[in-house]
Amino acid sequence: MNIPVRPILSALTRHKAGVFLIALQVALTLAIVANAIFVISERVIYISRPTGIDESNIVVVDNRWVGALTPEQARAKTAADLAMLRQLPGVADAYADYSFPAAGPWATLWGISLDANQKSPTSYSEAYFTDEHALNTYGVRLVAGRNFRSDEVTSGSQLEQSTSGPIIITQDLAKKLFPAESSLGKAVYVGGVPRTIIGVISDMEVPAVGTRTFAYRSVLSPIRWADLGGDQYIVRVSPGQAEHLRLSLAAALYRLSRERVIDAVDGVQSFHSLRNKAYSRDRGLVILLTAASIILLLATAGGIIGITVFWVDERRRQIGLRRALGAKRSEILAHILTENFFIIFMGVCVGSLLAFTVNLALMHYLEMMRLPTTYIALGCALLLTLGQCAALTPARRAARMSPMEATRAAIV
Amino acid sequence: MFRYYFKLGMRSLSRNVVITGLMILLIAVGVAGSITTFALLRALSANPIPAKSHQLFVPQIDNRGPNRITTSGEPDPELTFHDVVALRANHDATGQAAIYPIYLSAVPTDINIQPVAAKGYAVTADFFRMFLVPFEYGGVWSKADDDGGSNELVIGNDLNRKLFHGENSVGRELPLEGHTYRIAGVMAQWNPLPRFYAAADVQAFDLPPQIFLPFRRAIDLKIPTAGSTGCALNYQGKGWDDLVHSECTWISLWVELPDAAAASRYATFLSAYAEEQKANGRFNWPAYTRLRDVDQWLKYLKIVPSETRISFIVALGLLLVCTVNTMGLLLARFMRRGTDIGIRRALGASRGAIYRQYLVEAAVIGLAGGLFGVLLTVCFIGNLDLVFEPRLARTVHIAAGTLVLAISLAVVVALIAGAYPVWRASRIQPAWQLKTG
Repeated sequence: MNIPVRPILSALTRHKAGVFLIALQVALTLAIVANAIFVISERVIYISRPTGIDESNIVVVDNRWVGALTPEQARAKTAADLAMLRQLPGVADAYADYSFPAAGPWATLWGISLDANQKSPTSYSEAYFTDEHALNTYGVRLVAGRNFRSDEVTSGSQLEQSTSGPIIITQDLAKKLFPAESSLGKAVYVGGVPRTIIGVISDMEVPAVGTRTFAYRSVLSPIRWADLGGDQYIVRVSPGQAEHLRLSLAAALYRLSRERVIDAVDGVQSFHSLRNKAYSRDRGLVILLTAASIILLLATAGGIIGITVFWVDERRRQIGLRRALGAKRSEILAHILTENFFIIFMGVCVGSLLAFTVNLALMHYLEMMRLPTTYIALGCALLLTLGQCAALTPARRAARMSPMEATRAAIV
Repeated sequence: MFRYYFKLGMRSLSRNVVITGLMILLIAVGVAGSITTFALLRALSANPIPAKSHQLFVPQIDNRGPNRITTSGEPDPELTFHDVVALRANHDATGQAAIYPIYLSAVPTDINIQPVAAKGYAVTADFFRMFLVPFEYGGVWSKADDDGGSNELVIGNDLNRKLFHGENSVGRELPLEGHTYRIAGVMAQWNPLPRFYAAADVQAFDLPPQIFLPFRRAIDLKIPTAGSTGCALNYQGKGWDDLVHSECTWISLWVELPDAAAASRYATFLSAYAEEQKANGRFNWPAYTRLRDVDQWLKYLKIVPSETRISFIVALGLLLVCTVNTMGLLLARFMRRGTDIGIRRALGASRGAIYRQYLVEAAVIGLAGGLFGVLLTVCFIGNLDLVFEPRLARTVHIAAGTLVLAISLAVVVALIAGAYPVWRASRIQPAWQLKTG
């Protein structure tokens, strides 16, 4: 079928205002929706990426000590708690740390260098302070090398952090540091201090929420952590025991000693619920942006339908004449749809530029990432399809008009 | 005449229910989204202490140099203990508050009551005057007690309600973690948000603190910070005394400088202090200091979560698209009634009359959108915690002003959207319309 492009274009110039408004609306919608979809996809990654640990069988106790303790006292009390927890039926293993993966309250950022005098680190990473029980507690797999021996683990609290000794790193970090060779036995530098890599474990997320570039670059440092104020106990339970133990762990700990505070509401929580809370902001934003995008697209579709209906109505006589002169229904349909395509196309051209501009502004003010062109292309395709769908009903109505009816209607 | 136009407008609106409904719905959603996210953004970025925000400053000293681990290239937000002691020797400042977060608990003698814990701060006496803390009973410990290791403390009204049923508890004793304190004052409800004075260390939108100990006393009792401690990666210290003498940063210092002259004098003093430390061999990098007032401090810490800004921008974008959309639909509707307008004009209606008639119609749409938008706004604000964190969501309350703003915004949007279509309608030539119609 031969689509008469020139008459369509010259007809459009008769409706400058309407064409301009639809194109503007499409441009704005594209600029917002492309950026929104990009933000959504980024946040969905944070929300849904695996932590690499045995998530459904981990319960975290937030234990706070009562009274000013010396490091020795804190260590003894923490050790007694952990020994008791490991003996409880249904508990597989447990250890104490200042934080935990993906949703931790704290994070310790470490720059890891291959050379003692390196200016900027080869990779950033985040540290866990662990003893020989950590691997079993998280259920992470030892890919190469070995676990810490208990004699390698030194004691630590916020007043004393030993920063020497061997370390265990994740596969992701090992690949970054030593892409071509095995990292086992190699020394890397943290704050100028050499640390030997003795083990490589399967990837496990760092403590901080929503880390972008080093999400799986965790380092395990052999420190038996005993914060003077109290710690997170990370407890791995046998499958199916999480809910039961979540409700009974606090009582067991209070039986051992009352000199502590475990919040009645969120002192003991499953890892799942901690993670959900930590990512509630991202989830909220995803919901919000999705809703806004859908509303925008519907609004634009509504606008296109409204104006196309008006145009069809306005041109009944012309359509009738064309039909009377022998134009087929499909030609009328093609005319309206082509017209729509041109308008939306103008809109998406301007909209693509606008989307990049919005993205630049967001990068500047809100530290967003650069918008990949695929998202713009996706947005353009979405809007062109939407435009065709929206114009289809009015276009069909125009095509259905019989020549007689159309001519008559215009005279009335 | 206005009533007649109003009636005409209503009749015209009811003629095409779907399109009218779409316009009203879109204006309502756009307005409600913008107003809700604006209310949240305003609550979160509110100036927590407007009366004094240009008199309160945070000094920062770069004690890490090139070994800085923070990626921002800024000095640590907190100070070391010995820097705090040294800076407090300055007498230019009319007030100096050293602050660090603490977490203390009381074990009731009755074993059926679970131990209670309270969050708060170890502070110098100036804290209360500088930050305009109101008291329900009593007051702060004396300034002389600041350095004398007083056993007095200030508690919050929530804790006072929990422990003393809200009575005047001034002078009563409170055993906490093995020490007995005497209550000097009970703070009235006070929780400026964002919590600018300790924002570097704890959540900026937390519940009110409930316990305040004299700074010196907390140090003497070796009460550890409940916040973060920034140490060098190769820090090898052991124990409290090492920490106090270390380069670890864990104390916030605020100074009160009454005017610009005092602020610039203090800035000079601060950089002189850093230069002196460098001369003493403590720093082997250029002296680098910062002095920020409340506004600059909150901006630097990026207190307002970026999610709220993104939401606000998206909501504004949505409103803009709704406006353009309404404009297009109104244009189509008014032009479709070209014949009506032509006949009215031919019968003697002036351009102004047409203009007014259709402007009323646009305003009616705006008003309907506004009313519906108000309902939606109330609904959105009430359910803000479904999307935003509860501690952020609870900072926003429905105020009459917000609702008035919603209606006004809707009407303004409808008038802006209506202006061009109405103008076009009023330009319609009577004769031409009659001929072609």
